[in-house]
Amino acid sequence: MYSERVMDHFRNPRNVGEIENADGIGEVGNPVCGDMMTFYVKVEDGRLKDVKFKTFGCGAAIAVSSMVSEMATGKTIEEALKITNAMVAQELGGLPQNKLHCSNLGADALHKAIEDSQRKKAS
Amino acid sequence: MKRAYFDHAAGTPVDSRVLDAMLPFFREQFGNPQSFYREGDKAKTALDLSRQQVAGLVNAEPEEITFTASGSEGNNLALKGIAAARSDKGRHIVISAVEHVSVQGPARTLGRHGYELTEVPVDDKGLVDPAAVKAAIRKDTILVSVMAANNEVGTIQPLAEIAGVCREAGTLFHTDAVAACGVIPIDVRAWGIDSLTLAAQTFGGPKGAAALFVRKGLRLPSQVEGGNQENGRRAGSENLPAIVGLGRAAELAKVEIASRAVALTTLRDRLIRELPPRVQRSYLTGHPTQRLPGHASFCIEFIEGEAMLLFLDDAGISVASGSACTSKSLKASHVLLAMGMPHSLAQGSLMLTLSPENTDDDVARLLEALPGIVERLRRMSPLYARFQKDPAGYAESLSKEKECHV
Repeated sequence: MYSERVMDHFRNPRNVGEIENADGIGEVGNPVCGDMMTFYVKVEDGRLKDVKFKTFGCGAAIAVSSMVSEMATGKTIEEALKITNAMVAQELGGLPQNKLHCSNLGADALHKAIEDSQRKKAS
Repeated sequence: MKRAYFDHAAGTPVDSRVLDAMLPFFREQFGNPQSFYREGDKAKTALDLSRQQVAGLVNAEPEEITFTASGSEGNNLALKGIAAARSDKGRHIVISAVEHVSVQGPARTLGRHGYELTEVPVDDKGLVDPAAVKAAIRKDTILVSVMAANNEVGTIQPLAEIAGVCREAGTLFHTDAVAACGVIPIDVRAWGIDSLTLAAQTFGGPKGAAALFVRKGLRLPSQVEGGNQENGRRAGSENLPAIVGLGRAAELAKVEIASRAVALTTLRDRLIRELPPRVQRSYLTGHPTQRLPGHASFCIEFIEGEAMLLFLDDAGISVASGSACTSKSLKASHVLLAMGMPHSLAQGSLMLTLSPENTDDDVARLLEALPGIVERLRRMSPLYARFQKDPAGYAESLSKEKECHV
């Protein structure tokens, strides 16, 4: 049902965990939907030095979180904000039609964490 | 290594004795029961025998049995057929809140087309209260449909009592017995059941073979019009190999039902006894004792069912889940929600359905593999992190679950 790349990221998810004193935290979804993702970012000199996540959800949700964290790490804020759901799905070698909403959650959670870090920095 | 397979509700190997009975009907005895020559006669004889065998399983008369291609078709035929036949007597239908979608679907469709529908709730074990059925019945109620046993949580309903309530009130009683028939004894005569659906794959028969019992004297307009097969209740050439398989499986089940139940109950009860202590915050779903002999189901908190299923699959173990992500509709099991389970817990659904081919070693492998997999997923779970930091706050968040807008 899932591509090999999805299964690889599901079986060996990169960057699982929380960041203590994260610069920004973004949470999307809820258990009613079946998926929930929390992203943590550490920003240094305008770049995402560290990205971590925790995810409650299906194989696709976990693989998407892992892929997003990998794609975002080391990127500038600007570049990271340009990561789209379609890019994530493509990097994963595609997702089944009824799992595409999981890829939406991944990029959304990352962007929310970045926005949170910008808000905190501004205040 | 042989896989440990725990999803017999979805698919089960055909009993080799059943397969032996079926095989001649693909090439040697390929005739059509409707034909007026020798091949047709032979096929007709086989069809009649199967009908007797199926009738024997539920204590019905052969002419009360209509063969269908699936339990879903049987349920559709019963609900839509009975509703159409009795629309002059009333237009109110009662079903339980935990019916299979092949009952819930047609009932809700009827509810949008001139009929009224009442759904009777269940308790936290998935049981329907006969008194609640009685209270839901009105003067214009023409049909009550409550399943014999639930496919997701295994709970066996008090069928005879519910049938009694319906008989007293003068309304017809249909039961979807797909999960139960051939696994636990069912007697349509003694219990006063008017209509019942069963399927071969539940008891060692092939997929694509099922039957609908309808009590003698009841009118049932066909939902598939065409030829006069099945006494005008279902048009289409009979799928004879499958029907012969259903008949043989019914014959075997009738003889072996008690001995199979003993073996299945032993494995089931080991799962029920040993799984929860191995996985903290896991819960049995359904009734602890009034449940199908081969059915053990649980909810594992803080994790999602599909992810658990995939890791178990990697470990050579096949299971099912009622989580939103494992369903094509992306909705959590309506059965678990009807039992009052919070969404977050329903997402961690684990369903294990056994057959006589399962062994104690299969059970041991599952019990061995599961705790590590759950632990791995919980380490990733933001819900588990939240619970560990603030158990009271977590419990409160469950009561404030939001709607899903995906």
